[in-house]
Amino acid sequence: MKFNDAIFGAILLALGIVVLAVVQGYPGIPGQQVGPALFPGLLAIGLCICGAMLLAKGGRERHAVAWVRLGDWAASPRHVLAAALVIGAVLFYIFASERLGFLPTAAISLLALMLAMRVPPGRALLIALIATLVIHTAFYKLLRVPLPWGVLTPIAW
Amino acid sequence: MSAALLQAFSMVFEPYTILVMVLASLYGLFVGAVPGLSATMAVALLVPVTFFMQPIPAIAAMVTATAMAIFSGDIPGCLLRIPGTPASAAYTDEAFAMTRKGMAETALGAGLVFSAVGGLFGTVVLIVAAPALADFALNFSSFEYFWLVLLGLTCAVFITSDRPLKGMITLLLGLLVACVGLGNPAGFPRFTFGNAEMTGGIGMIPMMIGMFAISEVIRFAVDTLPPGEVVVEKVGSVLSGQWALAKKYPVQILRGSVLGTAVGALPGAGADIAAWMSYAMSKKFSKEPEKFGTGHVEGIVESGSANNSALAGAWIPALVFGIPGDSITAIVIGVLYMKNLNPGPTLFTTNPQNIYAVFMLFIIANIIMIPLGILCIKVAKRILRVPRNVLMPLILLFCIVGAFAINNSLFDVGVMLAAGIVAYLLEENGFPIAPAILGVVLGGMLEENFITSMIKSDGNLAGFVARPIAASLAAVVLLVWLAPLLRKLWLRGRRTASSTAA
Repeated sequence: MKFNDAIFGAILLALGIVVLAVVQGYPGIPGQQVGPALFPGLLAIGLCICGAMLLAKGGRERHAVAWVRLGDWAASPRHVLAAALVIGAVLFYIFASERLGFLPTAAISLLALMLAMRVPPGRALLIALIATLVIHTAFYKLLRVPLPWGVLTPIAW
Repeated sequence: MSAALLQAFSMVFEPYTILVMVLASLYGLFVGAVPGLSATMAVALLVPVTFFMQPIPAIAAMVTATAMAIFSGDIPGCLLRIPGTPASAAYTDEAFAMTRKGMAETALGAGLVFSAVGGLFGTVVLIVAAPALADFALNFSSFEYFWLVLLGLTCAVFITSDRPLKGMITLLLGLLVACVGLGNPAGFPRFTFGNAEMTGGIGMIPMMIGMFAISEVIRFAVDTLPPGEVVVEKVGSVLSGQWALAKKYPVQILRGSVLGTAVGALPGAGADIAAWMSYAMSKKFSKEPEKFGTGHVEGIVESGSANNSALAGAWIPALVFGIPGDSITAIVIGVLYMKNLNPGPTLFTTNPQNIYAVFMLFIIANIIMIPLGILCIKVAKRILRVPRNVLMPLILLFCIVGAFAINNSLFDVGVMLAAGIVAYLLEENGFPIAPAILGVVLGGMLEENFITSMIKSDGNLAGFVARPIAASLAAVVLLVWLAPLLRKLWLRGRRTASSTAA
């Protein structure tokens, strides 16, 4: 997904201005000229300058470079689905793993992703189940990472 | 000294460490050989596992996995014309041309043998230079450190990137991320939005897993190009003819190793830049430059040794100053801090056994690379056939668990996802990622030394150039900053001169 430089420039300029505004409220260190606002303030000024330069560059190229250009994948539903599922799987884990537990969350995510990437259903199911169990054993049993059990708490091993 | 050496020896040759090295080697060879999985990603994925190890096995795992991955990146480059890691990209066309001429084993063998030679050369330089530099660095005050960090960041933006403006932007973003949290001179919670998780700052490791692994998984998901075909059916003896090559191209091997070590030691420039520069140099000084690109081994010999020597070179500033030479050592520095092995000159005086152990690990990693590399080349065809549509979902799950495992926090999983999406979008639009990583790693150090120096000199900027070393470093920084401008002026001057002459 390619954007015209002007779009990035505008975002960075805005970010720089917001940071500058936020650091104004930071307290100083009594008896000293430098405080927690100085360093991020300098960075924000840098961002504003670079953002403005990028904005100008993108503006000059606006006839040659489109504002937004999607890749070939945008025309292929399979690739759009796969990309959405990559991001969706992580979000699903963040919001569902505590309640649902690691094993079901991971297995469902793996299965969905592999199906979207055209792995045959039988093989995808088998790999999803085995991989989930292997990763769970490695991290939960061997490395002692407290992966959540969720709905499977009664049968936790 | 001998007691420390002995201690280092016993730490390295412990069965557990050796086992870790063998497993990490196989893992590194595998990740490097699969196109789309880079050496940096191999290390980023290793971090959650090393988190549970003692310091020496943890470093051993990272050193060996990187060395192997940088070599094995040559394999798909040679057989599929798809470089396994960016460090192999410089000579992929050459190696593939050799494969088409039926010389795949010579190309792969040259990559393997001279990678090991370059790696050992870089290690020797590391062993000789690092302690001497550390001695020197003990006299450094916050002024020198400020300029040194600034020089590192400046190099990352101006030398290693063809787009200084975009590199500058990613650097500023990285530095800004480093500002988040309580870790500042006043201990004031900055940019935390009242969120308790953010007062500790943005976790470096989840961020790196996101930037190097998640962005790669996204890139695979939207990749519409068909997979490449393996050309070679059978690879013969890999080692035959390598001795003859070593006798024919000693200057090239030495030049590649020296350049690789130097480029590696330069902050921000890693093995990939070393390989590109070295390949170009090889062609420039070759007696038969017309053969380059047609399947000629000379460039592979030189840049193959360069990319592995760069790995050891990158450790020089990392160990001595705590300034990473490339994105891999940036990750390693994060791990060293987690293990309370704070990199810097005092590491050499307080924990010499750890430094000796690191040196030994480098030597062993480069030696076992040869037998394991041969094994890897033998099974290359199978590795290359591993379906990536199965692998990528597994890597995604591994990333999630890995990011979670650092602090047992779902917040870090969110950081990883955000970093991955941002890194993907930035790279798609021509923004280099390495400066951002260096910014995150070095932001705290830069600010701390800047503020300390400001307080020491009572806000007088002249204090920053009052000491001779600080002043020289400042001059170098200024020179790098002005170099693009000077070049432009020089070119314009030449153009005017030639037009008046005409």
